[in-house]
Amino acid sequence: MTATFVGMPAFPTAAREKLADSQLRGNLARATGTIRAKRAAAVAEVPEWESLRLAGAAVKDRALHDLDRQLVRLEASLTARGATVHWARDAADANAIVVDVARAHDADEVVKVKSMVTQEIGLNEALEAEGIAAWETDLAELIVQLGDDLPSHILVPAIHRNRAEIREIFDRRMADVGRPAPDGLTDDPAALAEAAREHLREKFLRSTMAVSGANFAVAETGTLVVVESEGNGRMCLTLPKVLVSVVGIEKVVPTWAELDPLLRLLPRSSTGERMNPYTSMWTGVIPGDGPQEVHVVLLDNGRTRALADEVGRQALRCIRCSACLNVCPVYERTGGHAYGSVYPGPIGAILNPLLRGTGDAQTDSLPYASTLCGACFEACPVRIDIPSVLVDLRAQVVDGHRGDAVPKPEAAAMSAVSWVFGRPRRLAAAERVSGLATRLARRLPGPAAAWTDARDLPTPPRESFRAWWRRTGGGG
Amino acid sequence: MSAREEILGRVRRALDGVTADPTPVPAPSGARPEDLIGHFVERVTDYRATAIVVAADQVPAAIETALAGRTPIVPAGLAWPVGGISDTGQSAAELDAVEAVVTGAALGIAETGTLVLDHGPGQGRRALSLVPDVHICVVRADQVVADVSDAIALLDPDRPQTWISGPSATSDIELDRVEGVHGPRQLHVIVVVPCPESDNPLL
Ligand code: SF4
Repeated sequence: MTATFVGMPAFPTAAREKLADSQLRGNLARATGTIRAKRAAAVAEVPEWESLRLAGAAVKDRALHDLDRQLVRLEASLTARGATVHWARDAADANAIVVDVARAHDADEVVKVKSMVTQEIGLNEALEAEGIAAWETDLAELIVQLGDDLPSHILVPAIHRNRAEIREIFDRRMADVGRPAPDGLTDDPAALAEAAREHLREKFLRSTMAVSGANFAVAETGTLVVVESEGNGRMCLTLPKVLVSVVGIEKVVPTWAELDPLLRLLPRSSTGERMNPYTSMWTGVIPGDGPQEVHVVLLDNGRTRALADEVGRQALRCIRCSACLNVCPVYERTGGHAYGSVYPGPIGAILNPLLRGTGDAQTDSLPYASTLCGACFEACPVRIDIPSVLVDLRAQVVDGHRGDAVPKPEAAAMSAVSWVFGRPRRLAAAERVSGLATRLARRLPGPAAAWTDARDLPTPPRESFRAWWRRTGGGG
Repeated sequence: MSAREEILGRVRRALDGVTADPTPVPAPSGARPEDLIGHFVERVTDYRATAIVVAADQVPAAIETALAGRTPIVPAGLAWPVGGISDTGQSAAELDAVEAVVTGAALGIAETGTLVLDHGPGQGRRALSLVPDVHICVVRADQVVADVSDAIALLDPDRPQTWISGPSATSDIELDRVEGVHGPRQLHVIVVVPCPESDNPLL
């Protein structure tokens, strides 16, 4: 059994619960602080960083602005190299395709590489419903799966668990699903990693089918790219006979040469390393090496909706590095679960409404889960202007509530962020600094404009929000 | 309507009025370290792999040292003589019983301390350099390039590739870096420079 995000409360409620959890806050503050420092050092080493960011953004825009032709080209390249290409409108389509492939091979289990897109579509649950076990093989995902838990960070999904909890989860649960944890398992990270190695190796060696995502898909050549650290990706991509990769249509990169800036941007932004330990690239079926049956599922599931949003479409440039999470003062305090989605943090606050559309309380609260401080934009390797998209989405949320008797967006806004900080006036000041709040207010049409008039205007700030944050760590 | 037609139709509608840029985006050039090999060795060892630079005639001895008594599997076409098990298409389970592997590489990237295998002659199919716990990788000095751009320009996207930067690692438990989860837990890199006064890059 795996937990899901369905039916999660809206951000303010969820955030309030998470803020009460001091273990979570301690772990998160330490983790995001550590990764922030590593990233800053890795980025400072690269004098051409800003031009790389421009190139990375331009490559992704070039693909997105020409997406229909790029997808057709990707399909042709993959097919020419022996892969079978499937198209999936939504989660149900994609899950059905994967289930069919598993059935065709009588597979009662699949091994999985950490992939956000398969979480997004709820693939594990769909497979389980058909009696097919889906084994997560990334260490953090294994911790999450064995703990019947939810991931809380893009990069380190078990960031909310400490070593003692992980030891307990392994000790209690491994035996139920395969090779048990060794006797006398300690909470030393090396011992825990060893236990995971032994537990999963049994599954790698016997599984006939693997499911992966892809970080990039090169239209020109049909090359798929998976970036990882542990080698579980390599195991899944190499050992089973059958491989199914579920790839969001926004992952396309036009040409092989244009992978260059992206491969230079991603590791430094993500783990703060010059390069991640392992990157696998493969093009269709490679005779005599690895899976001899290769499927690629090209998934829409809301991406074309996001693409149609002129301001929001830049969110599809996202390469899931998680840098924006680690610099976000709101995320640092609430953790990922409060966002109620596989995509947490600043990117989640824009991507979820863009993919799903606004209109339900949970999604509508997300564009307010931000102070608009701008740190996410500065950190983003593909220059997604998250604050501007947030402001635009807030306007869309407000438009959607024009007829409401009570101004719900206002309520959501206040409870989302002011709960996080407990200092609404200071936050309002911060928003004013950015000038974005003013832009938002100007955009409010009709009856909704009333509440902006009535709102207390914040006093002019003496220092910028970011300066204040740096000085006080958000506590003062 | 098929899912394919539906999705492509949605994409076209979403992009109504958007003009695409037909020209590939150039990337800025990367690092140009003066001492390419020194830089490569420094960056490889930064990942807690070992790296040594040896003259061509010293390679067998260096491999011997790195093996420390283990018996390796050896892919066909390796340029250096190594005693060990030949690749006869062993299953993954059989490879799991093998202690080490010795391979060549397609190239090395100095700036990032990365080895790229394209699984051509002397490098073996992908499982070979994955399942055994110790990977010894021999790369010639003239195969080391400065940065990722140089590697992308040389590599053939039609070939499968494994980019390796240090041993397998995880930081999933309280962000403590632990070497070795599923891939080889030890990575030993041997950089080969030509013997003085030899024209043959292999000697
Ligand atoms: S929005 Fe930018 S910073 Fe955030 S995960 Fe995506 S690429 Fe990284």
